[in-house]
Amino acid sequence: MNNNNQTDWKKYVIVLFITVGLFLLAGYLSNYFNNKKMDQLRSIQDKISVDLLSSETQFSLLQEQSCKDINNTILSQELSSLADKIAYSENNIGSSDDVIALKKYYSLLEIKDYLLMQKISERCGMKSVFVLYFYSSKDKCDNCVKQGYVLDALRKKYPDFRVYSFDYHLDLSAVKTLISIYKVPSDLPALVINKQVYSGLKSIEDIEKVLPALQNIGKDSKNSKTD
Amino acid sequence: MLDFSTVIFYMIMFLSAYIQVFFLVTFLENRKKIIRRKGSVELISYPSTTVIVPCWNEESTIDRTVSSLLDLDYPKDKLTIFIVDDGSTDNTWNVLQKYTEHFNIKIFHKENDGGKYAAVNYGLARATSEFIGCLDADSFVDKYALKRIMTYFAKDESVMAVAPAIIVDSPKNILQNAQRAEYDFGVFLKKMLGFMGAIHVLPGPFSIFRKKVFDELGPYRHAHNTEDAEIALRMQEHHYKIEHCPDAYVYTVTPNTVKKLYKQRLRWIYGFLKNATDYKHLIFNKRYGAIGIFTIPAGLLSILTVVYLFVSMVYDLGSNIFHKFVQIQTVGLNLSVQVPSFDWFFISTKSIMFITVIFYVLLILSMMISKKIIEGKARLSFDVVYFAFLSSILAPFWLTVAVYNTIVSKSVSWR
Repeated sequence: MNNNNQTDWKKYVIVLFITVGLFLLAGYLSNYFNNKKMDQLRSIQDKISVDLLSSETQFSLLQEQSCKDINNTILSQELSSLADKIAYSENNIGSSDDVIALKKYYSLLEIKDYLLMQKISERCGMKSVFVLYFYSSKDKCDNCVKQGYVLDALRKKYPDFRVYSFDYHLDLSAVKTLISIYKVPSDLPALVINKQVYSGLKSIEDIEKVLPALQNIGKDSKNSKTD
Repeated sequence: MLDFSTVIFYMIMFLSAYIQVFFLVTFLENRKKIIRRKGSVELISYPSTTVIVPCWNEESTIDRTVSSLLDLDYPKDKLTIFIVDDGSTDNTWNVLQKYTEHFNIKIFHKENDGGKYAAVNYGLARATSEFIGCLDADSFVDKYALKRIMTYFAKDESVMAVAPAIIVDSPKNILQNAQRAEYDFGVFLKKMLGFMGAIHVLPGPFSIFRKKVFDELGPYRHAHNTEDAEIALRMQEHHYKIEHCPDAYVYTVTPNTVKKLYKQRLRWIYGFLKNATDYKHLIFNKRYGAIGIFTIPAGLLSILTVVYLFVSMVYDLGSNIFHKFVQIQTVGLNLSVQVPSFDWFFISTKSIMFITVIFYVLLILSMMISKKIIEGKARLSFDVVYFAFLSSILAPFWLTVAVYNTIVSKSVSWR
């Protein structure tokens, strides 16, 4: 007869502890690498902050310098890359306090960059090629997803096109002020182009129509490639 | 907050990892008991043994099967071979005539009226030896298999049946290579279940029984066309000890097309589920030990896991296709080719990711141990890649259909 039928409960418990240990190890590794990612985001934001300060200083010196010395393309790409990483972190790491804090910091950097770009445009007589984009991460917003695709496509088409995206529901006074200044409605997505608010989904053609300067930067970038 | 599907996923992965850890701990406990012998072994006595070969339309393979039995390193006067032609409609009966001259081979012909179990029972009713085995006509035994199996009976009077190590014979395509990795892995699992006293299948190819098993428990039953699983569960129910001999090699021809494999697996999984239902009183009943507490629940869980993961994968794929469709609908089709830039930031570092990695590490470790048991050297074969394809892409189909058939009680055919 089979003596193995006596259940070895001790073994079942030991295996349970080992399995729990492996799961705790998985949790620890996840936490460790998530913290590394947060550190990377902070370091990128610090770098952008320094770059922004540098641009502001450069702008202050403009009175004695030529407008063409302003370098405004690098920061745009960095901000865009940072936006992708924050959005990824929000979806994959979760809306932890760390991610929210980084998102707020990022929004402030965007506003600062936006104000600087506005000043440069006015002083140097450049046509603005940037939009403010308000989306919702709180409610299900299918049109926000579609608007994201449109803006991504435009950024691919016009690399110098700048999109400052803001979470409409972010608890940050500067964003709330921006919403109040431009009277951005809660019907999202919403775009602010040349201080004019456009609510609802806008196609590539709609945006190209209200932002004719885009065509120019498109031509400029083509010319610079052929040069 | 975790959503419902994530909670289910965590639970499934936890239980799956638990099962893998259980096998590995069992291996660490018993690793010194696993022996891999080279060449022949000597026994004090050689008990009489009958091997029953049921066959139905096996004219092309039967010769090789019978030849392998005749070549067994076992006293010829102690080994009787019963070949039961189960109403073949091809030339099998004529092929078998040449064996009439062998003193230890008996050929029988019966009407095909019940399937394989009935053919084996036909032989069982006529066998008088101390030990009885069966060998499917698509399988061939290694020369030393029987002697090695007999050492388990000689060493322990309480051993009632011994299962061999089944190896895939000469795989010729990806499907058969995938099955080779699967069968190799099966040797490890079966051996560990043997240590736990929890073997749930005594496969058709060359499992050897003491005759008293059939005398006391009765012959094979139809058992939803999986009589080899039912006899093992019946033995476990009566606390009969089953062992596994990992160096008794039996080579089997596996399905070479998806259709044939689908049919075979549908029968196996359906049979497992139906037999588990018939023997549900064993489940989580400590009187029956690990067979009810571990083996059957683990088998049910593995079916659930594969089906769940497949459904999740199809859902994710559908969701991605939908988003891509929405994107194309919104901004048109962008045909420009962009070289994707690699950034480790976008590699998932969720707990689920690490849990999945840990699970696969445990699985790969187990598969390497399987190779060590079979070949004497731990290594990772490329077949594992094919096996991953088999278990994640193809298996969900027959598993899902088998679960459905079990629920609606739609039986599957033997052939």
